[in-house]
Amino acid sequence: MAEQALSGLKVVEYGSFISAPYCTKLMADLGAEVIKIEEPGLGDESRRYGPFPDDIPHPERSGLFLYLNGNKLGTTLNVKTRTGQKILRELLKDADVFVESNPPKKMADLKLDYAALGELNPRLIVTSITPFGQTGPYRDYKGYAINTAALGGQSMRTGEPDREPLAPALSQSHYQSGAMGAASTFGALFSRMSTGLGQHVDISEAEVWATIHLGHGVHLGVFEGRKSIRAGHRTISVYPWCILPCKDGYMCLIAIQGYQWKRFLEAMGSPEWMSDPRFRDRIVMAFEHADEVDSLVEAWLIEHTKEEIFEMCRQGQITFAPVRNLAEVAHNPHFEERGYFVEMDRRYAGTLKYPGAPYKLSETPWQLERPAPLLGEHNEEIYCGRLGYSKEDLVRMRRGGII
Amino acid sequence: MAVYPLQAYRVVDFSWVWAGPLLGMILADMGAEVIKVETNKRLDSARLTPGRSTVGPETDFVFHSMNRNKLGITVDMSDPRGAELIKDLIKISDVAVENFSPKGLRNLGLQYETLSGINPKLVMISLPAAGQYGPLSDIVTYAPSLGALCGYSSLIGYPGERVLGEQTPYLDVNSAIHGAFAVMAALYYRERTGKGQYIDMAQIEVGASTIGEAFMEYFMNGRVMGTTGNRNPVMAPHNNYPCLGEGRWVSIAVKTDDEWLSFCNAIGNPPWTEDVRFSDKFNRMRSQDELDRLVSDWTIGHTDYEVMDILQKAGVAATPCLDLMERFSDPQFEARGTHLQVEHPATGVDIIAGIPFKLSDTPCEVHRHAPLLGEHNEYVFGELLSRTKEEIAQLIEDKVIY
Repeated sequence: MAEQALSGLKVVEYGSFISAPYCTKLMADLGAEVIKIEEPGLGDESRRYGPFPDDIPHPERSGLFLYLNGNKLGTTLNVKTRTGQKILRELLKDADVFVESNPPKKMADLKLDYAALGELNPRLIVTSITPFGQTGPYRDYKGYAINTAALGGQSMRTGEPDREPLAPALSQSHYQSGAMGAASTFGALFSRMSTGLGQHVDISEAEVWATIHLGHGVHLGVFEGRKSIRAGHRTISVYPWCILPCKDGYMCLIAIQGYQWKRFLEAMGSPEWMSDPRFRDRIVMAFEHADEVDSLVEAWLIEHTKEEIFEMCRQGQITFAPVRNLAEVAHNPHFEERGYFVEMDRRYAGTLKYPGAPYKLSETPWQLERPAPLLGEHNEEIYCGRLGYSKEDLVRMRRGGII
Repeated sequence: MAVYPLQAYRVVDFSWVWAGPLLGMILADMGAEVIKVETNKRLDSARLTPGRSTVGPETDFVFHSMNRNKLGITVDMSDPRGAELIKDLIKISDVAVENFSPKGLRNLGLQYETLSGINPKLVMISLPAAGQYGPLSDIVTYAPSLGALCGYSSLIGYPGERVLGEQTPYLDVNSAIHGAFAVMAALYYRERTGKGQYIDMAQIEVGASTIGEAFMEYFMNGRVMGTTGNRNPVMAPHNNYPCLGEGRWVSIAVKTDDEWLSFCNAIGNPPWTEDVRFSDKFNRMRSQDELDRLVSDWTIGHTDYEVMDILQKAGVAATPCLDLMERFSDPQFEARGTHLQVEHPATGVDIIAGIPFKLSDTPCEVHRHAPLLGEHNEYVFGELLSRTKEEIAQLIEDKVIY
């Protein structure tokens, strides 16, 4: 097999759902060896989340699980038992990275906190992805994606002003903390090159929102008492910066430069209302006349399809874009030409397409080499092949509820 | 002396606005020597964020937050002597970051093929909207267009209602984090093999990668997911609820039957909680509108922080929806240094975003304020590139260093 970017990097994942699995997915897709540890019987939470073919739940057919766990080796282990803990320690003794997303208290109770693991393997990097982090008064609080997005400030930015704030779609909080976990783990790996030692990487999901996503405007709130504005389908800044309906869906209209808006008006056939003195200043328009201009523009948009409008905009170098739905993206020629969606066959799930590479590395391309593991698929390979347990031991472990 | 993870690496950061600079910020926070390339001919628009009360390119706190820990030079790359300086800098650097349109650097003769000829060990990442090739690669866009073209915006809105679309720079930041990871993966490969490489990152493909389950729903069942609001396939209640005080909201999420019982106890077991409509997850999912109304009746009598305290004590997930000022004073964020007050020569003190991750043994910090325009011209052109004082003076006079 060709050398990949992360060939030789040994990663163990003991997490669930999205944050830790997405973190190790990014590593596995560039060639790291990821051994995933799941709870015997139940497996990763995402196995129960779906979507499922024909909506019939089945732990080997969950779309979310299949998407997040390709390229990984799968084992089952009951870490609550003494033997389970012993086996996990054996795995970690030889690993470079351990990624987990469990409550800090649980890891301490299982003697799997960094204090214990750092002693076991001083070169080990332990990456913990939790809702609020390893320190502070909320450390032991419970938080799902909607809760970390709320605390971190992302929800206050989305929705109508007089209705409830909207959390980002799907579980974006977990994807963000997972990706940040992957990047930060590499910080620790580069430190290890100079110190020879591993360390604990502490990712707080709420903090990822509050810092790199939304920490750059806090100054305004503190020094000038400003508040974020939820403005529904628009951002109140300059006109246009909004989503408006057209014949077959929605268009995203944004023009920061005046000429972009001017060209669009011309492309619309220079309607009479454009000479109205109230619509001369685009900031005044955004703050005072946005509803009115929306309806004037909508009247034209609704006569045209989004692809017609997009084509016209591209010709005029106007910065508007169609709001494509998931089917339109899945069949879009641009994604097709770049080979973004990839196909993979897997037992129980059949041949399916999956979202593919978020980046193309020229020397060491992103690859989907094997599908997500069946529950416990690699138990024998790992426990017997690597750790030296016998096949009889494996049977005993199974009976004893260890694997 | 402190050890920073990436202290051995030098990064030339051509990027501007949000996505590229935040990628550079992660590398700079990790201690890489990130040299931001700017020019007075066309300022980084992040130096001029609209709606500020102070004016001028040196006082923009958004810029200060995103470009802390970096060095800054000013050079006009469209002048051949400027391009020459950049090539010399590339020779002694490890990484290049850029988010121009695909033609941007090519027109200046500074595309990857040229730069890697000068420095074969170079790791370079480009992160335009749609990548280096493909029918959309020449599109001109702003951040909201990314959400539109990758499918993400079609999911934003109240359940079943019109599309509102993404109105935050969310996808820019998403790209920055993924890009930083990709750069470090490429460096990790270079450490073993000595080989540099080029990373073509299309921001709309990154956006598609973080909505995997929605694509799986389409590929498995042919169904196109629409606006979902705060609904969740396995949790109810799951929403943001109104609280005491103007514009205050609290998020509450209940997943298991145990959590539901704890929730009922914590709010004092009002009679409606016994109603068969809410007796198990199936029923709660079916009666979500009614459930949301009843939960709101309780939350509206409390402040957002009271709700969090009451519910978290019972083991139920709840947090206030925080805005700018509230995030700054939140006890958890305060305890962890989530926001930092940093001195800057042009403003005195800025409040900026903290480091987005914590490393226990080689902690990262803000060790340098965001650069003034051309603040490090002398260091980079004089010390690193060995140009004499006279040469530099001439280049300044000719507006090459500008």
